[in-house]
Amino acid sequence: MRALIEHRLGALLVIGVIAVLLPLTFPSAYYYRVAALVFIFALAAVGLNLLMGFAGQVSLGHAGFLGIGAYAVAIGPTHFELASWLCVVGGGVLSGLIAFVVGRPVLQLKGHYLAVATLGFGLLVFIVLSNEAGWTGGPDGMPVPRLELFSWRARGPDTWYWISAATFLLAAVLALNLIDSPTGRALRAIHDSEVAARVLGVDVARQKLAVFVVSAIYASVAGSYIALFNGHITPDIAGFLRSIELVAMVVLGGMGSIAGSLVGAAVLVLLPQMLTGLHDYEQMMLGLIIMGFMIFLRQGIVPGLTAARDRWRS
Amino acid sequence: MTILEAERLSISFGGVRAVAEVSLAIEAGGVFSIIGPNGAGKTTLFNLVSGLYPPLEGRVRLAGEDVTGLAPDRLARRGLSRTFQNLQVFFRMTALENVMVGRHRHETSGLLADLLHLPATSRQNQRTREAARPALARVRLEAEADRPAGALPYGALKRLEIARALASEPKLLLLDEPAAGCNPVETREIEEIIRSIVKEGVTVVLVEHDMRLVMNISDRIHVLANGRTLAEGNAAEVRSNKAVVEAYLGAQGAEHAVD
Repeated sequence: MRALIEHRLGALLVIGVIAVLLPLTFPSAYYYRVAALVFIFALAAVGLNLLMGFAGQVSLGHAGFLGIGAYAVAIGPTHFELASWLCVVGGGVLSGLIAFVVGRPVLQLKGHYLAVATLGFGLLVFIVLSNEAGWTGGPDGMPVPRLELFSWRARGPDTWYWISAATFLLAAVLALNLIDSPTGRALRAIHDSEVAARVLGVDVARQKLAVFVVSAIYASVAGSYIALFNGHITPDIAGFLRSIELVAMVVLGGMGSIAGSLVGAAVLVLLPQMLTGLHDYEQMMLGLIIMGFMIFLRQGIVPGLTAARDRWRS
Repeated sequence: MTILEAERLSISFGGVRAVAEVSLAIEAGGVFSIIGPNGAGKTTLFNLVSGLYPPLEGRVRLAGEDVTGLAPDRLARRGLSRTFQNLQVFFRMTALENVMVGRHRHETSGLLADLLHLPATSRQNQRTREAARPALARVRLEAEADRPAGALPYGALKRLEIARALASEPKLLLLDEPAAGCNPVETREIEEIIRSIVKEGVTVVLVEHDMRLVMNISDRIHVLANGRTLAEGNAAEVRSNKAVVEAYLGAQGAEHAVD
């Protein structure tokens, strides 16, 4: 049992079991819906965590890739009669390519400069999606055809709960694989000392670009899922606030912690739902709770609680 | 054989010539030391040679090939490694993982294999770990292998940097003040480590302020002052060089020293 828990993928097994059992407690379809959103946002957050928590590079424009993935499954089937699942893949490929092209010049920047450059990228995607009304329906958005696999249609929140949970677990496995690998060590080295990584033979530009592309694909798939799940999409999916939300999920849950990304996504998706009873004070309370988390668990929720547990044991 | 050759290397920062027309030729094998008062341009020279700064003028040749302006990671793959005066340790990784990064240039598994944790990646991890452990043992840190580097004391971190550089199997190793901040016992350890490195055929270039260490261990010493070459020779020659003594003690101090 102990070996299982300490295995590289042990935490994921626990999450998987919880994901299977959790629906037994759901009193209504609404719960499936919220839980599916948690897993979808966690998927994007895990990708961004690879970039931020491991390689130490910030992106304030990652919702841009959510937007590209979302509109891929909206535009592809509507304008070109392509299968939705093919558009999920196509959106991922497109996001990867765009990340590759944008990342080359942008990732040479550091710190605040990188933050502002990626912010610019996010804004660019948002503006294109808002302005190209002929393709995207403009600011009002456009409907998204349901996902169809052969003759099976994915529509109910319960179906999407299972799809998003499975995809999240798969994505988390890949992320955990990466950490304990030559690429992962190179990325973590870049985070701690870029100059030392370089003199040890790490091609820093290439490694940063690779993880940027991977994180863009994660976000793109999450964006496609959100669009398919909601059945309607607006450019807000690529908005600045969404980008900030993704960064907040990563930091709140814990930079460098894959389980943390799930917790961060859960907090930021669930809290607004739980606080609706407060009406006018909802946003204020949300802000206070987030500040509280960061003040008392400054490494993020999961690493902070892990450290507290270790202190308690010793 | 000349392993490293610098030809009239120069660089300026904001109009100040940090290194001016420095030429040196380092023979393979042995210890070549670069000394000089604070601000003489020793670390800047290291940064030029290891590719961190592109030189304003001059050329660098590694084993006879022109490598001027080549990026540090390309130089690393040609067998040049270095440590840093101010620690550049991967603090959030374990001691062993730090050294494993040193193996990076020998690692072959690709991004896709790493994401999928293919057998190629497992085997690569295994090989890297097996190669990293002896490097850690050479600086006597094998007992700390699984501790986070951030939890190690200063002297251990200095040695960890050397182990990390050694793991890359360099032909030429630049050590930037490996004994800085170390107590006499630790300095002795560093000296022993350097001797064992040289014995294995690695050429060591040393920047160091601890004169006893430098005089003990160096085959050749190059003296810099104000970014320029002041003298070069073996330990006895440098010690008796009037210009060198003046640079360290000032002209007046040198007179007293002679008296």
